[in-house]
Amino acid sequence: MPKDDGIGAATVRREDVRFLTGRGRYSDDIKAYGECAAVFARSNVANGTIKSINTDVAATMPGVLAIFTGEDFVEVGGNPAGWLINSRDGEPMKEPKRPVLAHGKVRHVGDAYAAVIAETAAQGRDAVEALEVEIEEHAAVINMKDALAGTNYVHDEIGTNQCFDWGWIEDNRAATDAAIKGAHHVTTLELVNNRLVPNAIEPRCSIGDYNPGTGDYTLQTTSQNPHMTRLLISAFVLGIPENKLTVIAPDVGGGFGSKIYHYGEEALVLAAAKKLGRTVKWTSDRSEAFLTDAHGRDHVTKIELALDDKGNFLAFRTETLANVGAYLSNFSTVTPTFLHGTLMAGNYTVPLVYVNMKTVFTNTAPVDAYRGAGRPEATFSLERVIDMAAREIGRDPIELRRQNFIKPDQYPFASAAGLEYDSGNYDALMDQMEKVSDKTGFAARRAESEAKGLLRGFGVNAYVEACGIAPSNLVGILGARVGLYDAATVRVNATGNLSVMVGAHSHGQGHETVFPQIVADMLGIDAASIDIVHGDTSKIPFGMGTYGSRSLAVCGSAVVRATEKIIAKAIKIAAHMLEAEASDVDFSDGTFSVKGTNKSVSFGEVALKAYIPHDYPIDMIEPGLEETAFYDPANFTYPSGAYCCEVEVDPETGKVRVDRMTAVDDFGNVINPMIVTGQVHGGLGQGIGQALVEQTTYDDDGQLLSASYMDYAMPRADDLPFYVVDHSQSTICTHNPLGAKGCGEAGAIGSPPTVVNAVIDAMQSGGKNITHIDMPMTPHRVWTAMNNAQ
Amino acid sequence: MMTTVTMTVNGKSVSETVEGRTLLSTLLRDDLRLTGTHIGCDTSQCGACVVHVNGKAVKSCTMFAIEAQGAEVSTIEGQANADGSLNVIQQAFQDHHGLQCGFCTPGMVMTTASLLKENPKPTEAEVRTYLEGNICRCTGYHNIVKAIMAASGQDVSSIAAEQLIS
Repeated sequence: MPKDDGIGAATVRREDVRFLTGRGRYSDDIKAYGECAAVFARSNVANGTIKSINTDVAATMPGVLAIFTGEDFVEVGGNPAGWLINSRDGEPMKEPKRPVLAHGKVRHVGDAYAAVIAETAAQGRDAVEALEVEIEEHAAVINMKDALAGTNYVHDEIGTNQCFDWGWIEDNRAATDAAIKGAHHVTTLELVNNRLVPNAIEPRCSIGDYNPGTGDYTLQTTSQNPHMTRLLISAFVLGIPENKLTVIAPDVGGGFGSKIYHYGEEALVLAAAKKLGRTVKWTSDRSEAFLTDAHGRDHVTKIELALDDKGNFLAFRTETLANVGAYLSNFSTVTPTFLHGTLMAGNYTVPLVYVNMKTVFTNTAPVDAYRGAGRPEATFSLERVIDMAAREIGRDPIELRRQNFIKPDQYPFASAAGLEYDSGNYDALMDQMEKVSDKTGFAARRAESEAKGLLRGFGVNAYVEACGIAPSNLVGILGARVGLYDAATVRVNATGNLSVMVGAHSHGQGHETVFPQIVADMLGIDAASIDIVHGDTSKIPFGMGTYGSRSLAVCGSAVVRATEKIIAKAIKIAAHMLEAEASDVDFSDGTFSVKGTNKSVSFGEVALKAYIPHDYPIDMIEPGLEETAFYDPANFTYPSGAYCCEVEVDPETGKVRVDRMTAVDDFGNVINPMIVTGQVHGGLGQGIGQALVEQTTYDDDGQLLSASYMDYAMPRADDLPFYVVDHSQSTICTHNPLGAKGCGEAGAIGSPPTVVNAVIDAMQSGGKNITHIDMPMTPHRVWTAMNNAQ
Repeated sequence: MMTTVTMTVNGKSVSETVEGRTLLSTLLRDDLRLTGTHIGCDTSQCGACVVHVNGKAVKSCTMFAIEAQGAEVSTIEGQANADGSLNVIQQAFQDHHGLQCGFCTPGMVMTTASLLKENPKPTEAEVRTYLEGNICRCTGYHNIVKAIMAASGQDVSSIAAEQLIS
């Protein structure tokens, strides 16, 4: 049994108390003495040439302190893509500069071309209205196919709207083509993975400060990874020396990917703070969030699955257009490539995979990693085409998957898409899913639905994804501009309590509760005596932050390594205190004891001795008890799962309701099952949202039609059911010390194809020969499909 | 034009001079520094700003401060028990993991208080319907609905929970 607050315990979250009592401290809650406000002037056209910006009138408006335009940032750098991807022919990707403020051209609605700094935000907004701006509007590039075919370029200087044309695995292309050509059966599906807006409920906010007396800058900002933001601002954008810039991400109200990236507003408030010697704050409103936060997904894909006459998978081949929007956001080039193409073998022993990915610039907001980041797109394509193939060849969709599953005795398994899966048991997950979902009761439930005049469908899905990003040497070969280790410092204080500084950032994941569980378990002390420090580059070691379900697998492993170092040193100190050889000292449950004797000292006594070394072998052991570890993973981790859901469809209206949703996941070792389950719930909510209601719509002129909560359908409580979540069938990650795989994105990866598969099953049960409906499956789309079908 | 507005906030009389366009949420956050009331949208949809005005749940981003002249206002900061411990609703949210990032949470707690006053034993469907004006992006609502039903004194042990062992 787990200890009350150790590894495996469903410890309630300590951070909840401040959030439940209104004592959280989010960026916009911070108010500095003498702070002033930044307000941005944003383009209302998608594509235009900035002819003139006259600031004369605005500059005289009440409260106005300064006005910045793109001209002010011509001399500084741009916000870069984090990965350099080469096209199939070896040509490097196109990487147009992404400036702090637009200069020369505006490239999407919401693109900021000027900023007013004023005493108050209201005064700043008034002054933005008074800017005299002439922008010559051009036709917008919105549709990806048109973008590739035409000569109207988002970035004139690169002379194309294609960022790159990537192939994976290029050496397998000819063999894949041949396998598909010669196959007994080929199933082909064209689909859209709908564009989504992440919509953390806390809008972005950035506060810049500068001390002229020291030259020190401070940025408080809504970030998932403060050290990466600092590095980007220092090394690429403003050139502020890293040692003169502190980035603090305090409480952050959700991220889902959108707060990984560095945004121009962060650089602007720092530049403005320096110019004015004042603290400058910008808080996004929801409209700005829709227009400027990095969006997610937006793939148009053709996928083919080749099968032999026995139903064995022979090859998957995809051709995809992926929208990157007007500028390359930091992870925008790795998300559709190495976080996507490498997963295109799924859970299967399929021998050949070929992925062709063309990324396309359009006059829309940048598109980047959103919960799942490339893997939801991969899983969706795979699991939809497999379902379709099963129907075409008359096989049960679960049995067809099982036939092609990698089996437990095949690990480590080299997938056809280039990854080495370390562990898994997909049949066990499927077994458990069938059991806990009461699949055998489906027929009776369908009969009940039909008696009410409703159609009922059952949909399944299997997924495997890659988390715990990632081995630095591997990602370096693949084009990453950074390493992807993480770091932790464990500081044992003199009085025996602990501060643990971590590179990961918690914005809902519960790190403040979970990381102490690990350390408490290892040291045999009370978790309440351990505090986590995160989100402040002046306090924490250089870690890469939180995204890609990596916090536990990578940063948690660093916590383990640092704690091991603490134990190793503490044993030496204890040996001195006990007048024994270190090799004779055992450590368990917070006590150091000499083997075969009753001599012992407690962890607290050792801590005190380390800091008050009056009687201490200084020549052999340094004072103090503080250790840092950097953990660079040996491989990705590979969470997997089997999901199913049951939907009811009203044929009169096309309305789809998810009635039952079951998620059986393998996350490896689970530290806090309550929190892990909550992570799955959240992913399911977002995945069902993608499947049924969420749609980001630009019109042909590049106006974002879905730019508020009245136009973009956020899933509400009554759109969603209770979920059944199970992690009883875990296999252990073989290469990190926690055996943990990562759970943050699974729900959003596994659920969209499950829901669509269920709706298609419902359609078929109603006698409608409908093989695919694109997401979101709104009542209008479903009703239209049913009425157009035979 | 500046106006002096006087009201009771969490049992304490306050008086502030505000512009006519000042929203109640702005008064609470910027003038009174009660930053537990959050702003998540521009259109009264998200519900992160819900407070009680004269006992009724109100979206404070949609009400002018001067409209609360003389009113009794209570915010998330005033919800804990007198000894500082979490009240029944807050405790249920913690016990059932009904929050993750915490940003929508104050509004959820305030809306729940209003729901349970009107309907002390709501069904799952009634809870979900009542939360129409409160958006959470983290939890998928499962544990929020569960926490609210638990706060109402109902047995939630039969609600689908995680299956830890086969």
